[in-house]
Amino acid sequence: MILPLKLDHVGFGINGRTLIEPLSLEIGAGPSTIVLGANGAGKSVLMRLMHGLLEPTCGRISWSEAGARRRQAMVFQRPVMLRRSALANVAYALDAAGIRNPEKTALEALAEVGLAHLAHRPARVLSGGEQQRVALARAWALHPQVLFLDEPTANLDPGATHEIENIIRAFDFSGTKIVMSTHNLGQARRLGDEVVFLHRGRLAERAPVAEFFRQPASPEAAAFIKGEIPWV
Amino acid sequence: MQEFPGILAEARLWQIVVLSLQVSLAAVALASLVGLPLGAAIAVSRFRGRHTLIVILNAMMGLPPVVVGLAIYLLLSRAGPLGGAGLLFTPGAMVIAQTVLILPIIAALSRQAVEDAWREYEEQLRSLGVDGIRAALSVLWDIRFSLLTAELAGLGRAAAEVGAVMIVGGNIDGVTRVMTTAIALETSKGDLPLALGLGVVLIAIVLLLNAGAFLVKEAAQRRYG
Amino acid sequence: MGLIIRVLAAMLLSMPAYAQQRYITVASTTSTEQSGLFKYLLPIFEKKTGIQVRVVAQGTGQALDMGRRGDADVVFVHAKPLEEKFVAEGHGVRRFQVMYNDFILVGPKSDPAKVSGAKDIVAALQKIKAAQAAFASRADRSGTHFAELQLWKAAGVDIEKEKGPWYKETGSGMGQTLNTASAMNAYALADRGTWLSFKNRGELVISAEGDKRLFNQYGVILVNPARHPHVKKKMGQAFIDWLISDEGQKAIAGYKIDGEQLFFPNAR
Ligand SMILES: Nc1ncnc2c1ncn2[C@@H]1O[C@H](COP(=O)(O)OP(=O)(O)O)[C@@H](O)[C@H]1O
Ligand SMILES: [Mg+2]
Repeated sequence: MILPLKLDHVGFGINGRTLIEPLSLEIGAGPSTIVLGANGAGKSVLMRLMHGLLEPTCGRISWSEAGARRRQAMVFQRPVMLRRSALANVAYALDAAGIRNPEKTALEALAEVGLAHLAHRPARVLSGGEQQRVALARAWALHPQVLFLDEPTANLDPGATHEIENIIRAFDFSGTKIVMSTHNLGQARRLGDEVVFLHRGRLAERAPVAEFFRQPASPEAAAFIKGEIPWV
Repeated sequence: MQEFPGILAEARLWQIVVLSLQVSLAAVALASLVGLPLGAAIAVSRFRGRHTLIVILNAMMGLPPVVVGLAIYLLLSRAGPLGGAGLLFTPGAMVIAQTVLILPIIAALSRQAVEDAWREYEEQLRSLGVDGIRAALSVLWDIRFSLLTAELAGLGRAAAEVGAVMIVGGNIDGVTRVMTTAIALETSKGDLPLALGLGVVLIAIVLLLNAGAFLVKEAAQRRYG
Repeated sequence: MGLIIRVLAAMLLSMPAYAQQRYITVASTTSTEQSGLFKYLLPIFEKKTGIQVRVVAQGTGQALDMGRRGDADVVFVHAKPLEEKFVAEGHGVRRFQVMYNDFILVGPKSDPAKVSGAKDIVAALQKIKAAQAAFASRADRSGTHFAELQLWKAAGVDIEKEKGPWYKETGSGMGQTLNTASAMNAYALADRGTWLSFKNRGELVISAEGDKRLFNQYGVILVNPARHPHVKKKMGQAFIDWLISDEGQKAIAGYKIDGEQLFFPNAR
């Protein structure tokens, strides 16, 4: 098990501008973690730091086991589809992970997200919701221990959002650790067990989801929940 | 235009057209073998002097054919370092010269195309643990139909240039005479109608190749998005 | 990738250079190529011997340079003093005289320098200079250019010093220079062979011909195999031997355009 993931005074800045103020955080196995915050709060930056796509400018990020790289996956706000079929998109990830006979596993993964019938369609002509489902299948197929989801439904309509949330729930039940960012309070409530609240690049609060909504400890979180902090 | 049917009947025109295509297509293939991976590598990697390299590469797209021809001539001449191969005044020498001429075009244009796609792909591929050569090849493969544009630019340049092939090929009748050198020869013989006629044939061929590639690209774009 | 390489190899191997093995490379001049002589002559030789002759046509100076670098097996040019120098320097084995034709002065019908019908080429050049009439010079170190310079010298004109805007140096082959002369209605010195096969004459006509000093001798030389071991000595010499043989000489005399003989064999 690669968890827990430890962030020790991790900060990030670019061109002299601080985007994430140094924060310490331990993400353990089990309950799903929601990174909550308004637009521009630094959610995406934090997710990328944790997934290793960005190098922190200070502090240390460590997994409890070596080889964590291959045991985690990430789904982005805008799904990145290769110019190939849906099936080939999933198979590509499996192939990159050194898994043999990737087509068969890929097809199974697409079936899991209800897209088996679109397996041979070019991925880039699918709808936004379908593309995001392909991205989820691609992540699922790798059987990661941790799955990072960066606002996976931010660009989708309610119907597609509902489908994606169901798939994420299924991930959660199967034992994969979910770390998802969102600015959507309802989604946080529906999918989260605990909330990590970011405000302007600063870790303002961390609390179990019920407690967070009942009685936020930080004034920023309280304002956000009341809708006083604009989302856009 | 009186002589034109004559040259057709001799099957000479056909031979010249075929050789032109063979030489230029071989040059495109060779230049692609090096240029596509080179362009992709520059697109996906970050190193010191990268910007300088890109500027140089872009500038080299405008290499004067005559200068390239002369340089290759001096290399392949019996008195030159590669003289032993006896390649001067053969189609092989013409292929080499045109390869050098269009390599920067194919590398620079594919660099641009790969970089655009890479901006989109980078995080996803890195998330999947794909980087370096493997990432470059993945992007190359995915945008292969867009790369036709780079190939066509190279082919157009190769098929249309006369300076390099004239010098290293020698415009030998039946051996190294291609469309452009034939046009130059007919012009110097004062047979302007025939020269113009050959020019029309050359343009028609290039047009045909472009149309074909365009259709392939369009179909692929519709197919793969 | 493997497929690409195979296709490439197949394409390269199907090119004519690799299909033929027995050939020699001859550095020759634009006049012999563009007059159509080689197109007529070489198939006869090839049919007899099976040796393909590949002609690279350039100015005499460049052709001799090609021989100097070892890029040709035989040089076939027309500038006797330069050829003798080439042999004397050890680049060539021996010079053989093959044939001659003559130079002519061409110019516009309107004849601004009043040289039409002149028998004395030197006087004609003096008149052109005096009238500042446009004159197109090859200026490319070719045999024809060399001959033109000799004639200016004979006319007492130091052309390097005395040339003006009227003297146009084209720096290109005979045909190109005739194209230029035709476009600008300039006089030009040309070899008769190229002139006869030249199609874009426009207003140009022959202004002067027949002077002894317009004699144009062609010579052929085997590049020295002692200098350049890869020179195809046997085949190259076979070509030279054939050119100066009765059969070759007859073939040269047989080349005509519109019934007019272009080259006159005079092998010695
Ligand atoms: N590569 C970057 N360069 C400069 N600024 C950036 C970069 N990435 C993000 N930012 C800035 O950092 C802040 C946080 O961004 P982000 O993490 O994307 O917010 P969100 O919480 O909406 O995901 C924003 O103000 C954004 O403009
Ligand atoms: Mg974001």
